Amino acid sequence: MPRPMRKPPEKSKNFLGSIKRIIKSLNNWRYLLVFALLLALVSSILAIISPDILSDLADTITDGMAPRVENISKVSEKITSSFNDEDMSNKIKNVMNDENISKEDKAILMETIYDVVDIKTALLSLPDNVLVYLFSDFEFEGVTISSLDQVKFIRIASNIDDHNNSEEMLKMLDSLPKSIYEVVEPKMNMKRIKNIGFVLIIIYLVSALFGFFQSFIMATVSNNFAKSLRSKISVKINKLPLKYFDSHETGNVLSIVTNDVDTIGMQMNQSLATLVSSLTLFIGSLIMMFITNYIMALTAIISSLFGFVFMFIILGKSQKYFNQRQAELGNMNGFIEEMYSGHNVVKVYNGTEESIEKFDELNDKLYCYNRKSAFLSGLMQPIMGFVGNFGYVAVCICGALLVMNDAITFGVIVAFMIYIRLFTNPLSQIAQALSNLQSSVAAGERVFEFLDEKEMLNEDDKKKKLVRKNVLGNIEFKNVKFGYEDDRIIINDFSVKAKSGKKIAIVGPTGAGKTTMVNLLMKFYEINEGDIIIDGISTKELTRENIHELFIMVLQDTWLFEGTIRENIRFNKKNVSDEEIWEALKTVGVDHFVKTLPGELDAMVSDNDQISQGQKQLLTIARGMIEDAPFLILDEATSNVDTRTEELVQKAMDKLTEGRTSFIIAHRLSTIKNADMILVMKDGNIIEMGNHKELMSKNGFYSDLYNSQFKK
Amino acid sequence: MFKVFKNFTKKDLFIILICISLIVFQVFLDLKLPDYMSEITRLIQTEGSSLGSILKEGAYMLACAFGSLATSIFVGFFASRLSANFSKTLRKEIFVKVEKFSMAEVKNFSTSSLITRTTNDVTQLEMLIAMGLQMLCKAPIMVVWAVLKIVNKSMEWSLLTAVLVVVLLATIGFLMIIVLPRFERVQKLIDKVNGVTRENLTGIRVIRAFNAEEFIQDRFEGVNKELTSTQLFNQRCFSILNPVMNMIMHALTLGIYFIGAYLIMEASMLDKITLFSDMVVFSSYGMQVLMSFLMLAMIFMMWPRAQVSAKRINEVLETEESIKDGKFDGKTKEVGTVEFKNVSFKYPDASEYLLKDISFKVKKGETIAFIGSTGSGKSTLINLVPRFYDATDGEVLIDGVNVKDYTLETLYEKLGYVSQKAFMFTGSVMDNVKYGKSKHKKTSEKVKEAIRVAQGEEFVLKMDKGYDSHIARGGTNVSGGQKQRLSIARAIARDPEIYIFDDSFSALDYKTDSVLRKELKKYTKDATSMIVAQRIGTIMNADKIVVLDKGKCVGIGTHNELLKKCSVYKEIALSQLSKEELENA
Repeated sequence: MPRPMRKPPEKSKNFLGSIKRIIKSLNNWRYLLVFALLLALVSSILAIISPDILSDLADTITDGMAPRVENISKVSEKITSSFNDEDMSNKIKNVMNDENISKEDKAILMETIYDVVDIKTALLSLPDNVLVYLFSDFEFEGVTISSLDQVKFIRIASNIDDHNNSEEMLKMLDSLPKSIYEVVEPKMNMKRIKNIGFVLIIIYLVSALFGFFQSFIMATVSNNFAKSLRSKISVKINKLPLKYFDSHETGNVLSIVTNDVDTIGMQMNQSLATLVSSLTLFIGSLIMMFITNYIMALTAIISSLFGFVFMFIILGKSQKYFNQRQAELGNMNGFIEEMYSGHNVVKVYNGTEESIEKFDELNDKLYCYNRKSAFLSGLMQPIMGFVGNFGYVAVCICGALLVMNDAITFGVIVAFMIYIRLFTNPLSQIAQALSNLQSSVAAGERVFEFLDEKEMLNEDDKKKKLVRKNVLGNIEFKNVKFGYEDDRIIINDFSVKAKSGKKIAIVGPTGAGKTTMVNLLMKFYEINEGDIIIDGISTKELTRENIHELFIMVLQDTWLFEGTIRENIRFNKKNVSDEEIWEALKTVGVDHFVKTLPGELDAMVSDNDQISQGQKQLLTIARGMIEDAPFLILDEATSNVDTRTEELVQKAMDKLTEGRTSFIIAHRLSTIKNADMILVMKDGNIIEMGNHKELMSKNGFYSDLYNSQFKK
Repeated sequence: MFKVFKNFTKKDLFIILICISLIVFQVFLDLKLPDYMSEITRLIQTEGSSLGSILKEGAYMLACAFGSLATSIFVGFFASRLSANFSKTLRKEIFVKVEKFSMAEVKNFSTSSLITRTTNDVTQLEMLIAMGLQMLCKAPIMVVWAVLKIVNKSMEWSLLTAVLVVVLLATIGFLMIIVLPRFERVQKLIDKVNGVTRENLTGIRVIRAFNAEEFIQDRFEGVNKELTSTQLFNQRCFSILNPVMNMIMHALTLGIYFIGAYLIMEASMLDKITLFSDMVVFSSYGMQVLMSFLMLAMIFMMWPRAQVSAKRINEVLETEESIKDGKFDGKTKEVGTVEFKNVSFKYPDASEYLLKDISFKVKKGETIAFIGSTGSGKSTLINLVPRFYDATDGEVLIDGVNVKDYTLETLYEKLGYVSQKAFMFTGSVMDNVKYGKSKHKKTSEKVKEAIRVAQGEEFVLKMDKGYDSHIARGGTNVSGGQKQRLSIARAIARDPEIYIFDDSFSALDYKTDSVLRKELKKYTKDATSMIVAQRIGTIMNADKIVVLDKGKCVGIGTHNELLKKCSVYKEIALSQLSKEELENA
């Protein structure tokens, strides 16, 4: 699958340290990994030796092309001897007895034999039927050469003089009589070729198989590694103190889970194996080249060196543009996000033109870097191709020189043609793999940084436990001192006692720190000094889990997860019957609404447009209702609900608060007037305390706040 | 898919034409290379050839290679221009289109999807053009030309090449059939992992309060496992690709040599050497053919992804804006009036009306308020004024003219709209309040005044650079109440005829709320205000209060009138204030 354009490698803070860390966390798969890397190694080594064998093959073929010139002279010798044997008188007699031969021919023969002026010319002027008698058949290398063939040979051989070129020579050879041709013809060593071919097939097959297993294993390891990292992160999220999330954006954590883990998985998968095999190929081909022929090796290295220098210059340049492109893309994304999410405002304020102008500006910049980075990165391949060709020519010319001097065979050149490819390819791959590795290490750093964040205190030593059913419901804040940051204490020496079954309200303007009280009650944060005591037991001695068990909590943000209404209301509790769910829905007054949804309890919530924010809030209240705990916290639980619905919910809530100690945070003062105690907070401090009447008569902040609702 | 390419101008097409002819030239050079290679081989083979002739051929070959390099630099230059220009134009087109969208269309696509369509999807197509265009032009030319060059050399070799091409294509096709659908699944599963993690993060308090950590972890593991196994399957399938590819290439060389050995053996002496150099040539041409098919296959692998992107982009571009610009931009007889005449509204594909038969009129300088329970249609009603939606039936008149008749610019010039969710731009406080185009100039005095009226002066001056303080993306460095005050100030700075407050006081505490409204009233005596609110306190002093219940108007009047005659209003009022308080007020 083609991958999107290369991302610029990110710089890591501590490259080696992080690599060690990654290797350490790969410990579970170490045998598989080592095995895979071994496979890569072997497969590369096979890739290196195969050209050598291939050059053998080429040599064998060339060997089978040269005519066996030595046989020609041997055959001529034999022919000469077959002509000059003792049996000549018989041969002549045979000619004379043949009635098919003309008198003139017989006369010429006699003349030639006895005068011996120029045997060769004279003989050639004789017709074949005469000459046939003068030669006798003989056997050469198992081939019988008839006298007729010998005659033909002589005739052909007579045409050759020293001025003939090799082409005509070959033509002459091709016209030789069959028997002699057979002797002279080059012998292709097919058996050897087959053997070499067989060895090559085995090598290729094994190399392919190893390559397949190697990437199969790497895929397995990297995906499982990514999976385990994701799990670890998810587990970690639930172990981190809430404090962490105050200072870190959700988007960052999300990007760690998906982008960073993905980068590690993918890049490592590709780069590790590539690095091993490329390095092997590179070093291996270097060694093989030098073993085969050092002059050729030097030629190959020098000729490709200049290409690489060129390539790295371009690589560096394009990297710069890639980074800028990525940055511009980020700017563009940010701008678009802003414009789209503020769509209404942009429109109604007639800001469209302005935004298009700004967009054009960003778009132009992006265009510029897009063009440059695309251009430069597109150069890589042609340059690599050129380097390859250049190396090829260099190797060929140098090889030709050597071949002419008989220093090497042609096969060596063939081998070098392949070596030069093996040698040039891995370098760019190594560069690529290193930059991949770098970005995966940078991603790894972020993941590990997150995994190393300080977790919440270990609570294994806390042995005390409050059981839901037996809790009376008394809570006491005793000289509580707290600040989100140690140097900024926002709650100073706060003490209050809440008796079982009482209703305590916390009011104050936005940002006054109302939610802080909830955070402390739920032990989401540890208090700096003082104590919070439930039924006489310090919460310091209780586990968070135990404390959470004792509280029903409904929050302002209507958090529902992607799932059905049933799943959302039941949440993590098992054994909740549909009847119980319906009852809870009825109490908060959304049972009718749920019945109108397709699938009723099986309707999906998530981004369902049919379910309004207010209805979602009611569902979260219903979820709380299913829980049966002695304490209740309502943190602006009804802020998204209109006042009429709120009243309905309030009734349900009142029912819920019966017999429970409850803490209610609200900015609608009407809802908390009947509270047993009202805590008024401002700027993180509790500035007033008492019930509605007491506070009103104080004429303080509370009465101010309360009366401001009716002022004109 | 091809629709997105209609953006190519004549100039672009001209460039493409130049590119194609350059590519033809390049292919010519690339295919010339093996000729020289074989010539060199032949010369080396033949005894007695001079070094000079080898050098000559080598020089020719290098010239060819360099020519090819130069050509590809030119082509790369044009292609990168073309692709970057293409994406620039397309991005702009989408952006301008989205800017024209009304709320209905934005909601339909969802903001995040529109963002990815403007950026990611365009990048996908850009990549297809940047890489694909060259390959798409080059590969077929290469294949045809290379095949023509070798087809008459030897039947056996050609057959071998053909078989290997088929094997190559079959492997890739097989992989694509199996893996491609799973690629889409992977994308979805990554979204799901993201989603579950987001849920975990946003609901962290709830999860901890319910001791549901394990429950959430199980949910996460479910998706995690599915993602891993799908991705693993894909990558395992893909581990076949490389070895097979290598095998095929090796098989080509080996096969050609092997067949070559036989052919040479059979051939006459004279043909042997020619055959041998043919063999060397063929193995390089054959490789070119294989590579070209590989390139084509790569494009086909990129294609589906790009096609999905193209489809998503076209969906945006082809969406007809439901809100059409009107023509009226002249002077109106009335000023500052808003009138609803029997207005009904439902979403285009919904059966239920959200608003039914609403009529009322406000005069210049008056304040009209809308109240009702969640889902009663308050926000929908007020959204009809700035034409986020258009009324299904009836008319919405501003200054006596139907809102549909105005040019949008003229209409918006009259309005000062403050949304439910305060929206901040990246930039200074000043930029944020000054935002937008309007007839009169917004001096910094004016802006400061607006901020003062909106009760923002105190906190703005406390910020590190006062009015020039930077507001982060999404306004994350100011609180909800502060954002709301700044967005109210933004409306005030425009000096509009008509203010629209869509529940814009909700994040303010009662005190700030009431002071702000008092100041605003003083400052904007002549302006008409439309207010949606949930708090009785916010609206009880309005000149007219419209009570909505399930999309119907169940009462219009002042606070006191409604208390007497409208039971729904009374119910709302009583739920917030006690009887005495209502009477005292």
